[in-house]
Amino acid sequence: MEIPYTVEVRRDTGLTNGRIGIWLFLASEVMLFGALFASYILIRTGAVSWPRGDTILDVPLATFNTLVLISSSVTMVMAWASLMRHRFGTFRIYMGLTILFGFVFLTVKYFEYSHHLHIGEVPSTNNFLAIYYTLTGLHMLHVAGGMAVNAYLWGPGAKLWQTNPQWFTNRVEHSGLFWHFVDLVWIFLFPTLYLL
Amino acid sequence: MATTTNDHAADIDRHVRVYITVFVALMVLTVITVAISRVHLSVPLAVTAALLVATVKGSLVACYFMHLISEKKLILAVLALTVVFFVVLIALPVATHSDGFWMR
Repeated sequence: MEIPYTVEVRRDTGLTNGRIGIWLFLASEVMLFGALFASYILIRTGAVSWPRGDTILDVPLATFNTLVLISSSVTMVMAWASLMRHRFGTFRIYMGLTILFGFVFLTVKYFEYSHHLHIGEVPSTNNFLAIYYTLTGLHMLHVAGGMAVNAYLWGPGAKLWQTNPQWFTNRVEHSGLFWHFVDLVWIFLFPTLYLL
Repeated sequence: MATTTNDHAADIDRHVRVYITVFVALMVLTVITVAISRVHLSVPLAVTAALLVATVKGSLVACYFMHLISEKKLILAVLALTVVFFVVLIALPVATHSDGFWMR
């Protein structure tokens, strides 16, 4: 049975099902991270003292990672724009770069985590580290999930371009929306955890 | 995004120029965020400045990379409702600590 409204828009919503679906999912994600940010505020404002993030965390590494993630957002949107121009080869390059940037981001986080764990800074050490590991850990899972979808669209999923290019373009667009959301979350995590 | 894959292909070149401009703006704002943190401001001022710059950056990503600026009203309505709940969620812990924390 064919999936309805993957390419043509529904008359009642004026949207494809995929687009409204991804936005509803992102709305739920806003609430998920919102709950954690609210917890952060509650814990921090209730604490007698709270360390500045830059006294514990590596700001230059995190700044580098911020620039990497922003770059990945640009390559993601350029991948979609390439499909809109019917340039599949260029799409592959930009999508490949997006996956690569995601990999660089996770690698840097791996080194950050390794350093903290090596010197005994674990989630149970204090509330700051507990919220740091929780927020960045959940964010990393999102980066990994986005990379998996992007890798599928770069590899085996790209076959759809041959049979239904518009549906494939829509899939890339939806994956891109998720990826930009992941970037957006980091834009707030970076100053909150590392700089304040 | 409001455009579909069928139409507006001619506008893509213009969009790409916007993406590059936004990309440069995001890079500059990231540097500004770090620079502000090097200036030792009071907690309320530091929080306000950092969140202000982050909000500008987030808005750029949402409006241009996620194309919210030209999105359908239904999506905007869904997000408006989300923002309301998000603000309530954040306001609750802030309100419980309105007795001095933000003055320190």
